Amino acid sequence: MDMTSNTSNQKENAPTNVVGKPMDRVDGPAKVTGAARYSAEISVPGTVYGVLKTSTIAKGRITNIDTSRAAKEPGILNIFTHQNLPKPAKTPKQVEKWRAAQSYLPMQDDQVQYAGQPVALVVAATLEAATQAAALIKVTYQADAPIDSYHDPKAELFDPQKIQQGKKDSHVVRGNPKQAYDGAAIKHEATYVHAINHHSPMEPAATLAVWEGTDKLTVYESSQNVTMHQGALADLLGMPREQIRVVTKYIGGGFGCKGSFWPHTILTVLAAKAVNRPVKLALTRQQMFTGVGHREDQEQTLQLGATTDGKLVSIVHSKKATTSPWDNYTESNGKIMDMLYACPNYSTTYELARANVMTSVWMRAPGEAPGSFALESSMDDLANQLNIDPLEIRLRNYADHDYSNDKPWSSKSLKQCYTRGAELFGWDKRNAKPGQNRKGRMLVGHGMASATYPVHSSQGTARVRLFADGHAVVEAGATDLGTGTYTVMTQVSADALGLPPEKIRFELGDTRLPTAPGSGGSVAAGTVASSIMAAAEDVWDKVVKMAVADKKSPLYKAKPTDVKVELGRMFLAKDPKKGETLLAALGRNGQPDIEGSGTGKYGAGYEEKNFGQNGADPNNDNKEKKTGGHSMHSFGAHFCEVEVDPDLGTVRITRWVGVHGVGTVLNLKTATSQMMGGAIYGIGAALMEDTFRDPNYARYTNADLAGYHVPVNADIPNIQVEFVPETDPYINYLGVKGIGELGMVGVAAAVGNAIFNATGRRMRSLPITPDKVLEALRQPA
Amino acid sequence: MNNFSYLQAEKAKEATAAKRDDKSAAFIAGGTTLLDLMKLNVENHDQLIDVNMLPFRGIEMNKNGLRIGALERMSDVGEHPLVVQNFPAVSQSLLLAASAQLRNMASIGGNVLQRTRCGYFRDTAFPCNKREPGTGCPALEGDHRNLAILGTSETCIATSYPGDLAVALTALDAVLTLENAKGKQREVPITKFYLLPGTTPQRETVLEADELLVAVTIPQTEAARKSMYLKVRDRASYAYALVSAAVGLEVQGGVIRSAKVALGGVGTQPWRAPEAEKLLVGKAPSEAVFRAAAEAALRGAKPREHNAFKVEMAQNTLVRALSEVAA
Ligand SMILES: Cc1cc2nc3c(=O)[nH]c(=O)nc-3n(C[C@H](O)[C@H](O)[C@H](O)COP(=O)(O)OP(=O)(O)OC[C@H]3O[C@@H](n4cnc5c(N)ncnc54)[C@H](O)[C@@H]3O)c2cc1C
Ligand code: SF4
Repeated sequence: MDMTSNTSNQKENAPTNVVGKPMDRVDGPAKVTGAARYSAEISVPGTVYGVLKTSTIAKGRITNIDTSRAAKEPGILNIFTHQNLPKPAKTPKQVEKWRAAQSYLPMQDDQVQYAGQPVALVVAATLEAATQAAALIKVTYQADAPIDSYHDPKAELFDPQKIQQGKKDSHVVRGNPKQAYDGAAIKHEATYVHAINHHSPMEPAATLAVWEGTDKLTVYESSQNVTMHQGALADLLGMPREQIRVVTKYIGGGFGCKGSFWPHTILTVLAAKAVNRPVKLALTRQQMFTGVGHREDQEQTLQLGATTDGKLVSIVHSKKATTSPWDNYTESNGKIMDMLYACPNYSTTYELARANVMTSVWMRAPGEAPGSFALESSMDDLANQLNIDPLEIRLRNYADHDYSNDKPWSSKSLKQCYTRGAELFGWDKRNAKPGQNRKGRMLVGHGMASATYPVHSSQGTARVRLFADGHAVVEAGATDLGTGTYTVMTQVSADALGLPPEKIRFELGDTRLPTAPGSGGSVAAGTVASSIMAAAEDVWDKVVKMAVADKKSPLYKAKPTDVKVELGRMFLAKDPKKGETLLAALGRNGQPDIEGSGTGKYGAGYEEKNFGQNGADPNNDNKEKKTGGHSMHSFGAHFCEVEVDPDLGTVRITRWVGVHGVGTVLNLKTATSQMMGGAIYGIGAALMEDTFRDPNYARYTNADLAGYHVPVNADIPNIQVEFVPETDPYINYLGVKGIGELGMVGVAAAVGNAIFNATGRRMRSLPITPDKVLEALRQPA
Repeated sequence: MNNFSYLQAEKAKEATAAKRDDKSAAFIAGGTTLLDLMKLNVENHDQLIDVNMLPFRGIEMNKNGLRIGALERMSDVGEHPLVVQNFPAVSQSLLLAASAQLRNMASIGGNVLQRTRCGYFRDTAFPCNKREPGTGCPALEGDHRNLAILGTSETCIATSYPGDLAVALTALDAVLTLENAKGKQREVPITKFYLLPGTTPQRETVLEADELLVAVTIPQTEAARKSMYLKVRDRASYAYALVSAAVGLEVQGGVIRSAKVALGGVGTQPWRAPEAEKLLVGKAPSEAVFRAAAEAALRGAKPREHNAFKVEMAQNTLVRALSEVAA
């Protein structure tokens, strides 16, 4: 290739710089045309259908299972019960802890431990026959009185020692919290209640298990983490990981419930092997309430000790919650209380009670969401009590570093979020006195709350294959919850290679691809973007090497370390005019394509790798602080206006402003949508989401989407979202912080605070339904 | 859902005769109540008799009032100019119900015959006197937040009709036209159509096994023209009422000449409040009069732990609705 074509090539592939742009979703057309196939929509030749029969009682024993009528349905292949289901090599208890959120596997014996537990699995040629056969199975039980929750008089609270599958201590103490609280000039104590919430994604959980012989398995699973599912299946079945492939091309929402290994997957895989046919099983909407975890019912007591000018001196937090008969799962609500404010003394304790419920699991912003409700509501009370503006009291307690671990922040823009949010919202026009603001009959109120979410350490790999004809295939075994992984990774790849996004094909959701983290804990975007950059760097290095050895290259004989690459163009760092595109060099070399791979890190791991063992930072202005790197969090602020009907108790949200600092925004459109979705999810928890577990039967009474209310369009006002510019060199290659969960943190408190401002009544029990508002209004302010 | 046979009836007689001859058959109109319950195995029918071809159509004014064919769709009726102008409460009750998709599918007859949303009724894992007489009523000590406080019995406290339309129809003295297998028609005022649970909560209406609902007729009155439907719910749309009120007032020379008051969400059936109406008639509209009427309407309420709020909420809803129509 001569110089002319070089130039034209350069022009064609002029720096695209699409990262950050509000690019449309690359998977949008496939989704709106139905070309995108979700797990339950995939079929392979010979697919048969599995349907679960679940227990009607919550505790007891199966005394008989009569399958005689069911077996007469047409096309029944098998009806599995605890009596004939093949046993897996290991139990979920032996699967690496975090993978199987619930250590108990049903259908291993005659015991029933929770309502909705699978007791039989029908496999039939059609979904209809399997469904009807499941209904015709007659199960006889010997029922015992179940325990329904930590409220149950039969329930016993215990100290779990460790929570979150053994990852965290149930007691954390910093300083001298009790003494500081007792001695505080201002004491505030309150108890907050959170209802049972269910993730309720649009797409139900589904598994299609395809065996090839007895030692090769492909599973199409609605999985937020294909690597997790692969590893868990390997553990459980006693098979090498390489023999198991897990595929998830599209997910219709997960919110955490598809990030664990649940019984339905195991049962489907075992059944498929036994019938020697591909078996597809999707949970019904009702089964989604007892099949994939939930946010546990819980109650937090929070004591805040403060000075008369509103400075926190102590935070004492405790939590009671319901857990399953086997596992000690509970969200760690205290974490946010430990780090959000500058407070020298802090403690948290957890108590759990075993009940006949399945194990609960992380649900969007686990811990941070309910924790922030307690903390940010109490802060609002404190502000009101001391006659300080809610924003001002937060500034007085602004944490200039992370008090929980004494580390400096890698970056923090919370002040800017407060300021910009207040400006957009018109916070200065707020009437601080509760119950003063009327619009017709409606009471109008304004509230705000802070948001934060940690940057969890993570890592993953990616592969980049750049073709000389100017397109590229980029691969990472990540997942896309529907939030935009496909799109943002296409943008990152485009810029890394200097190609237009249409020339990138980004593939995810398959364990055959390089291992990447799942979508959970808000790590996916940052980690996968870093991995792609690492793989792209590998490509750069290879092409630079080619160029410096190539007489025709302007970089001939340059030292590779003197060459920089930006937007697909290599050039001399000292003389940027001297250079050429990757494609030019590759094309001249006669090589059709070149492949690179790399490992990208996110969070503490990235910092350690790039800034040394202790994250030593030459610009660290907190030199007196302990070393060991930075504390990494994203931050934001929510502002909310509500109208409360004082006669009917209804609450309508009329305005919402969310401003967040999340490092680099990869795609303004999808990121804005994420933050909107977070606010909406939070509004659901704040105002309506509530699964009712009958106290006598320990069984849900509203397990469908007509009974379990999530917000509809009419509940949601225009939501204004902004990001403040923020650069963070420590967290990963592109300075990306996660945004999936941040948007929901603090939302319920902002709503509650606005209701307080409107009515003078503090709502401490979620969801804040009209009956509770009316009841509160009946009490004196 | 069990297998069933399907009959598309072209004449009313064909449908009613088929129903008479098959105890386990059911009529199907839009199917939005029926199919849900069949999928939940709450109802099991060997035969479905599709009535959608029957000529029970039309929305027209005659000497008795507005006649609406039982197979008209909720959305069509709710948006019909005759309904919007002369019976705003009816229009609002329809348009505030369910979702646009459901309203496009669901018929007026099916709406009047929709079944309770009591969670125990809808889940065969629970006992339920309405679904399986004699098994008990777990709602008494369980989840009854959205169940009734008026007309209840120790056997059942369900809002047997949980919807909206029939509340407006009850306030406005609508009359239902029914037709049986002999081809005989009878007229039943909607206030006499629903049954209190008593000891037989499985019996919900006076409709006989072989009877079809043919039409609904609403008398045209001044109170109907000045009527409204107010619905209070847990979310802004697509939710059943916690409580609702259908009211109509005829005010002449500053005095209430006629009052129509019914409540939804509080009674085991759409709840007409004659005591409230009596208190209103002859008085000048005022908040105090409305309040007194609202208190009268809820007299005798038997609230339980989780639905005690309905007393005050229903009273306030009534006062609000009456104030708005009087304004
Ligand atoms: C998620 C959801 C939310 C809803 N929300 C609301 C709400 O907010 N407000 C509200 O009012 N309703 C609500 N509904 C109920 C809805 O309005 C009813 O399901 C609908 O009106 C029933 O009409 P259909 O034609 O579909 O009846 P079908 O389901 O076809 O029939 C219902 C019953 O009536 C019988 N039937 C039907 N037509 C006749 C006839 N002509 N003669 C004799 N018997 C007949 C059937 O045999 C069956 O027993 C909701 C429903 C759902 C599923
Ligand atoms: S209230 Fe009626 S419908 Fe509900 S459980 Fe009791 S008997 Fe059944």
